[in-house]
Amino acid sequence: MAEHYTRTAILLHWLIALLIFTAFPLGIYMHDLPFSPDKLRLYSWHKWIGVSIFLLAIVRLTWRATHRPPALPEAMASWEKFAARAVHFSLYALIIIIPLSGWLMSSAKGFQTVWLGVLPLPDLLSKNKELGDLLKEVHESLNFLMLGLVLAHVGGALKHHFIERDSILSRMLPMRRKKS
Amino acid sequence: MKLLSVLLLCFSSATAEEFNTLNTQQSSVTFVSKQMGVPVAGSFKKFSADIAVNPAKPETGSARISIDLNSMDAGSAEANDELGSRSWFDTKQHPVARFVSSQVTRTGDDRYEALGNMTIKGKTLSVKAPFTLKRVAGVVVIDGIFPIKRLDYGIGTGIWADTSVVADEVKITFHFTVGKPH
Repeated sequence: MAEHYTRTAILLHWLIALLIFTAFPLGIYMHDLPFSPDKLRLYSWHKWIGVSIFLLAIVRLTWRATHRPPALPEAMASWEKFAARAVHFSLYALIIIIPLSGWLMSSAKGFQTVWLGVLPLPDLLSKNKELGDLLKEVHESLNFLMLGLVLAHVGGALKHHFIERDSILSRMLPMRRKKS
Repeated sequence: MKLLSVLLLCFSSATAEEFNTLNTQQSSVTFVSKQMGVPVAGSFKKFSADIAVNPAKPETGSARISIDLNSMDAGSAEANDELGSRSWFDTKQHPVARFVSSQVTRTGDDRYEALGNMTIKGKTLSVKAPFTLKRVAGVVVIDGIFPIKRLDYGIGTGIWADTSVVADEVKITFHFTVGKPH
């Protein structure tokens, strides 16, 4: 059994993490801005990042399905293993579902998503104000659910690293520390 | 008497072939603007059009179209709230946009081009609007699309002048159904 995630899995993990840590605060910030060119620009950037996360998530899940991750440490209690897997599974689901909900919300609000201002995505829904408002609530709620899961995920990784002092965090770090 | 009958004949033949009653239910004026590369559809809920056209001789036709800018739906509540402001349409000073045709030329089968003056926000510029004209079941249907450059009319000034966010070109689409007088 491999001790580390593959380089590809590590790259995808951190790339998606970086994009989420950009899109999430951007989403909260842009929402309350007064109507302005800057607001329109930030909305577009937010959507472009979302589409990018979605595409990377598909690559990541494909990779995950075809490459077995390293096993969890034997020392972990079975409830801990279950919790870790549940959080992982939920996060995998959310990096697909959240961009989808944003895309659908944008369509329902009457704005097509054009990735990077170049590639138009099809509108799966036609303009519908009630549905648009509902999808906004869905998009927002899913994001706060993800925030909770990310905190649990990061908290768990840090607990393993600093308290259990096992290799859980280092096996996902881009810079591998040689074991002495 | 002879003169009168000739006049009557002229009058009746003119009215017989002239279509001049706009069916507002089956007419529309819409537009597409581009924000960050995203086409955004908009429309005008209130407009009037004095169109007089003889389908046998559309070149003699004329059109005078007035659009109530306060009835504009630009695609989102936020945009609609903003559009009346001075940097956009300044609808307090200029509530109506107008197009008045000056010349209609034939460009092909059922295809024509209207030359005319467009007035928006107090500024009048010459525009060309190509359109098709078809006689369908007792009415005349006119369809056309033409671009305008918003900044030529001072629409969206100040921070909004940045065309990398809201493109300069706006495509206006018109669809008029014109019937005979009742």
